[in-house]
Amino acid sequence: MTVPVTLQDARERRVRTGGVELCVAELGDAGQPTVILVHGYPDSKEVWSEIAPRLADRFHVVLYDVRGHGRSTAPRPLRGGFTLEKLTDDFLAVADAVSPDRPVHLVGHDWGSVQAWEFTTVERTEGRIASFTSMSGPSLDHFGHWINTRLKRPTPRRVGELLGQGAKSWYVYALHTPVLPELAWRGPLGKRWPRLLERFEKVPGDGYPTSSLPTDAAHGSWLYRDNVRSRLRRPRPDAYAHAPVQLITPLQDAFLSEKLYDELELWVPQLTRRTLAAKHWIPRSRPDQLAAWITEFVTSVEGGRPDGVTATGKYADRFGGQLVLVTGAGSGIGRATAYAFAEAGARVVAVDRDAEAAARTAEMSRLIGAPEAWAETVDVSDEQAMEKLAEKVARDYGVVDVLVNNAGIGLSGSFFDTTPEDWKKVLDVNLWGVIHGCRLFGRQMAERGQGGHIVNTASAAAYQPSKALPAYSTSKAAVLMLSECLRAELAGQGIGVTAICPGFVNTNITSTAHFAGVDAEEEKRRQKKSARLYGLRNYPPEKVADAILRAVVRGEAVVPVTPEARGAYLMSRFTPKALRRIARLEPPL
Amino acid sequence: MTTAVTGELRAESAELQGFRRVQRLAYECAEAVAAQLEPGITEREAARMQREWLRERGVRDWFHLPFAWFGDRTAFVKFRIPLQFFPTNRRLEPGMPFILDMAPVFDGYTADIGYSGSLGINPVQDKLMADLEAHRELILREVRERRPLREIYENVDRLMVRQGYANRHRAYPFGVIAHKVDRVRQRRWSAHVFGFGTQSLKGLASDALHGHREGWSPLWSPYRFSDHPPQPGLWAVEPHLGFRGTGAKFEEILVVTDSADPEESAFWLDDDLPHVRRWAEEK
Repeated sequence: MTVPVTLQDARERRVRTGGVELCVAELGDAGQPTVILVHGYPDSKEVWSEIAPRLADRFHVVLYDVRGHGRSTAPRPLRGGFTLEKLTDDFLAVADAVSPDRPVHLVGHDWGSVQAWEFTTVERTEGRIASFTSMSGPSLDHFGHWINTRLKRPTPRRVGELLGQGAKSWYVYALHTPVLPELAWRGPLGKRWPRLLERFEKVPGDGYPTSSLPTDAAHGSWLYRDNVRSRLRRPRPDAYAHAPVQLITPLQDAFLSEKLYDELELWVPQLTRRTLAAKHWIPRSRPDQLAAWITEFVTSVEGGRPDGVTATGKYADRFGGQLVLVTGAGSGIGRATAYAFAEAGARVVAVDRDAEAAARTAEMSRLIGAPEAWAETVDVSDEQAMEKLAEKVARDYGVVDVLVNNAGIGLSGSFFDTTPEDWKKVLDVNLWGVIHGCRLFGRQMAERGQGGHIVNTASAAAYQPSKALPAYSTSKAAVLMLSECLRAELAGQGIGVTAICPGFVNTNITSTAHFAGVDAEEEKRRQKKSARLYGLRNYPPEKVADAILRAVVRGEAVVPVTPEARGAYLMSRFTPKALRRIARLEPPL
Repeated sequence: MTTAVTGELRAESAELQGFRRVQRLAYECAEAVAAQLEPGITEREAARMQREWLRERGVRDWFHLPFAWFGDRTAFVKFRIPLQFFPTNRRLEPGMPFILDMAPVFDGYTADIGYSGSLGINPVQDKLMADLEAHRELILREVRERRPLREIYENVDRLMVRQGYANRHRAYPFGVIAHKVDRVRQRRWSAHVFGFGTQSLKGLASDALHGHREGWSPLWSPYRFSDHPPQPGLWAVEPHLGFRGTGAKFEEILVVTDSADPEESAFWLDDDLPHVRRWAEEK
């Protein structure tokens, strides 16, 4: 994606309010709906430099430096100059200046979100706010009530939640000490901050933060000192949101627990939840995803659908709008996985060598919740075809967020009956297909640098040896190890890798499997027999699909699915000898 | 009165007129009840509405009492025991799919029908219904080819898998896709056990006995006892598709005769039914 505009192209103006002068930047056509982005602490409006241009072609984007930050002036004296009431005055002044007639869409991150919660829940802004997208910043009033309910009825779980958040809030206590924070920020901390962000928060080192950081951070400590204690002690009882809210929660946030938002439905009648596997500074680390969600939400509110998301699936908060590519999506586990992602509102690319089956999967995906779905006919073992597919997907649909390398074929028969051609065929699809997928789409993910997830379908045969499946098991064991190695390599880039080991699942892999060393008639018979046995076992592929989505959400490494797969996995670790005994058994075919 | 209905099963015979009349009546009932369904109504209430509608029009006996399934119960999600088929207190919500299934006996003629619909728009069920057309054609074609019933069952299964659906008629007792229906002697009062009329059960049992001796079965199932060519008579055919918590079916009578002419050897009792009209309109 090319980004034509940067913050340098923004139109700037100064807005005077309550003794300070705010620096306001505008992008995009002022006739479009206005989106106001409010930054956090210790940041300035440049924290939005990746997101604002992405929104500018659809919306009138407005950013401003909060008082005392960036190029806005600071109140005198500082103490008492940063109360939420005054910040609300600032917001209203900016909103009146940039969009006098129409309500605005608010987006806040960190302290920007804390402020914006205040804007969205006080009476005097009613009718000025059309929607609010909150990231990593709770309402102090809701937070106060959250603490109170936990103190009043301290069940073990609630005490745990309280202690957990209490530990994450260490910096809030530190900021309440006088003078020291200012000294630190103007001294060594200010100098080291960019590197700390890069190292611990995985923020890409691209010229952010700006040189105003030490002053921003020093002034900004008054945000905490002026508001936190008073609000947490006496939270407003009527902090109900008067606009639809989209809550985006990064799950690896070091400063805020996602439990903070558990009771948010009490305060927000129209709440849309989104979750993201990322750390605190998502405007820097996940701009594509955020821009997509903000666009979708603002558009849906403008279009009169304040509830935003229509997908009903269990993980709609996580996969809504994401691009998911599934190979082998024409049947079995692949198809069920495509459907499960579609139900969660993901955009689905269904890849299969059977064009008709892939088209069918795409069509049904659209019916059950995927905003868009496409079918692609590709044989995963064909390197050139896969390269073409990767180019096409990147060009037409975007960078894949979740890749499911699922296509695979079955091959049974003794080692000496398995011909070199048989070996080549099974390795080409089961192993090389996965390699091509990871290589091409994984590289796109890594180059984008905004995280992602790769799921490879291995098998219980990857750790359960069997004299009947030498080639198949070998290929799947390779997939398992490939996944583990790749997981280690991509861990630093926020890309998760999962190996799924299903076990005996009722799919058509049995009726298409090749049985080496027997004639066609006997092969047919064995296919039928094994299909019957798998049918009797009757473990549905939908359950494997659920396991895949769960694994992506939790970032699991190796996921055995069926009970027998889990049992064998345990045995492979604790009683490998018993497993070797089982490997000698003749399958009942 | 388990008739050896072979020679008289020509399209215009009085016998078939009787069956056609009751099948139409049942579909009229389904459409009338479906039109009255509204949010908050329960399956039990919907079943009672069908029962009362048909009783008012002279139905006294049943092959089975009316069923109603709402929401994911249309796809028999988590059905383990047959008792779960009976109507529950599940309430209908906007957009929910529903299926009405009834088998009234009128003047001694039996119908067994299934009617799928949804409260408001349900694109998934629309798609399922549209895809059922291929099954109706496949079943008729292969019955005319006199293929073993078990093989036809497997071919229907295969088509479902290709369409990406789950076979939900497998959840019926014996996994049947169809069963024979016949004329029933009218009694002054008609008992039923577990929702099935005793007269009809008697007919089915006697068919089963005859069939057992002659190597056929009145139940069209995936099992070995259905490994025989189609037996002349009337078959209530009910392919039932399921897709992630949404189900759809139709059920109607297929007439099988012993005629050598393929056109006359098997035909649908009536082509003027809601789902058939719907497919014709869509073209």
